[in-house]
Amino acid sequence: MPKYVIVGNSAGGIGAAEAIREVDRKGSISIISDEPFPVYSRPLISEFLAGERTLEEMLYRPRDFYQQNAIEALLGQKVVGIDFPGARVALEGGESLPWERLLLATGGTPIVPNIAGKDKEGVFTFTTLEDARRMDRFLEGKPRVVVIGGGLIGISLASALVKRGVGVVMVELLDRVLGAVLDEPASRLVEGVLREAGIELITGQTVREITGKSFEEGRVGGVVLQDGRQLSCGLVVIAIGVAPRTELVKNSPVKVNRGIVVDRHMATSYPHVYACGDVAEGYDFVYGTGRLTPIWPNAYLGGRIAGYNMAGKQTLYPGGTAANSFKYFGYPLVSAGMVNPQDGCEVLVSRQDRSYRKVVLKDDHIVGLVFAGDIQQAGVAFGLMWGGVDVGPFKDALVRDDFGLTFIPQGLRRAGLGVSPREMVP
Amino acid sequence: MKRVHVREEVCVTCRRCEVYCTVEHSLSRDIIKAYKKERPRLLARVRVQERGALSVPVLCRHCDEPSCVFACLTGALRKDPETGAVVLDGERCVGCWTCVLFCPHGAITPDPQRHIIAKCDLCSHLPVPACVANCPNEALVFAEEGVGA
Repeated sequence: MPKYVIVGNSAGGIGAAEAIREVDRKGSISIISDEPFPVYSRPLISEFLAGERTLEEMLYRPRDFYQQNAIEALLGQKVVGIDFPGARVALEGGESLPWERLLLATGGTPIVPNIAGKDKEGVFTFTTLEDARRMDRFLEGKPRVVVIGGGLIGISLASALVKRGVGVVMVELLDRVLGAVLDEPASRLVEGVLREAGIELITGQTVREITGKSFEEGRVGGVVLQDGRQLSCGLVVIAIGVAPRTELVKNSPVKVNRGIVVDRHMATSYPHVYACGDVAEGYDFVYGTGRLTPIWPNAYLGGRIAGYNMAGKQTLYPGGTAANSFKYFGYPLVSAGMVNPQDGCEVLVSRQDRSYRKVVLKDDHIVGLVFAGDIQQAGVAFGLMWGGVDVGPFKDALVRDDFGLTFIPQGLRRAGLGVSPREMVP
Repeated sequence: MKRVHVREEVCVTCRRCEVYCTVEHSLSRDIIKAYKKERPRLLARVRVQERGALSVPVLCRHCDEPSCVFACLTGALRKDPETGAVVLDGERCVGCWTCVLFCPHGAITPDPQRHIIAKCDLCSHLPVPACVANCPNEALVFAEEGVGA
């Protein structure tokens, strides 16, 4: 009856706890998080800020989840150190917990570059519910907000701010928004939607300095861009990205690359220690190697696989890849895998009006896709990519308007497309 | 578990399954009201795709390892441990469409007017799902395993 300790109370930690409980009803499980809330859907913090969801309405599991699953929830408690040889985690209050199986599901931490003025009151990051709560109080006077970064977080935040009736200026260093997850035409589609919604976009620029108010130097009054332009604002949000939260494994025997290195069982280099989610380099089936793919679905599934293995049920992670669904101001768009192809890839594209489709192939296997406008059948293409299916015989259909299961050979259709999650248990 | 199995070879794209699905999930459960009065009109949770002589009714497979459930950002989708059905809590769905991307069958339909997905619930309140009960050709069969795809 092992004792399981899970550090992190979000998608990965919960996925692990649920899997452990499928296999082991009795072993004790402790989940530790420095956040005081029961598990909530982190992507919904923008809905919270927009005033569309309360905490109760963004809970990822029912309130009695911990009790129902006999999980000790140590919420609002911070892990300050891990003794690997002694197999104990130390909490901030001085207590420590022994483990027999440890999961590191610590997630990511926002990257804050060294901009002059970044410590002024009114400078925020936006990755937790607490961030949203604190920011909420600053929005009453409807100050203009400068969002630094046109990535996933920056745009979902900007959407929320627009709904609150706040003016938004978005400053992106690259020449287009969502450069890391979209190709150029899709980025332009999103930019069109953002501009229509009233967001002012400044690309190819960054903020050099955050300046204070004229009579209150300690509070945000504006920003100075790299080119010298000055913008006045009452709030600055730094949303340039998230880095794996690896501080607990610094100078430890756990191998860290950009994130914690894990194998296909989600096991780290140290015995009985596992990792998943944004902190881990889980297997990316498009690249065929461990990589950071910091999205919620991969965190949950990776956590689930970790949980099975921690409880002794040998299970392989089928892999994940960067895969995102966007719905900015009602315009649907999904992307997955390698959307900006490398050499030797074949690219199929179709576009009309506000709809756009692109599928990237390598040796007749899908390695990336973008569907915009009509996304209903995107999952079929994603499933073919995940399943590693040779699409050569029907590849031209992939970007047709009427693409769907009718184009897939019957045997494959019946076999459920060979999607790998079915084969998780070897 | 009992699932809706598809026999493509006898489906003729009459789309009665779509009609009866829509009616069954409407407020009035009345075919005229469901189509002519209720707005926005419900989307059918089964959709027949047609190409030439091939007809493929597409609806949730209620997978044993459901990618949509694993991918769901809000906890709105879950696998019912008792019935095995993949069920949606409409109150928790925010219409992010992540599950649409993760469903390899293309069986989840975004309903942009309602900001929620439309997916088969196996008509859990009925002994036999409405699409199956109203299929004139037995192209849809409600059974344990192994009929058609």
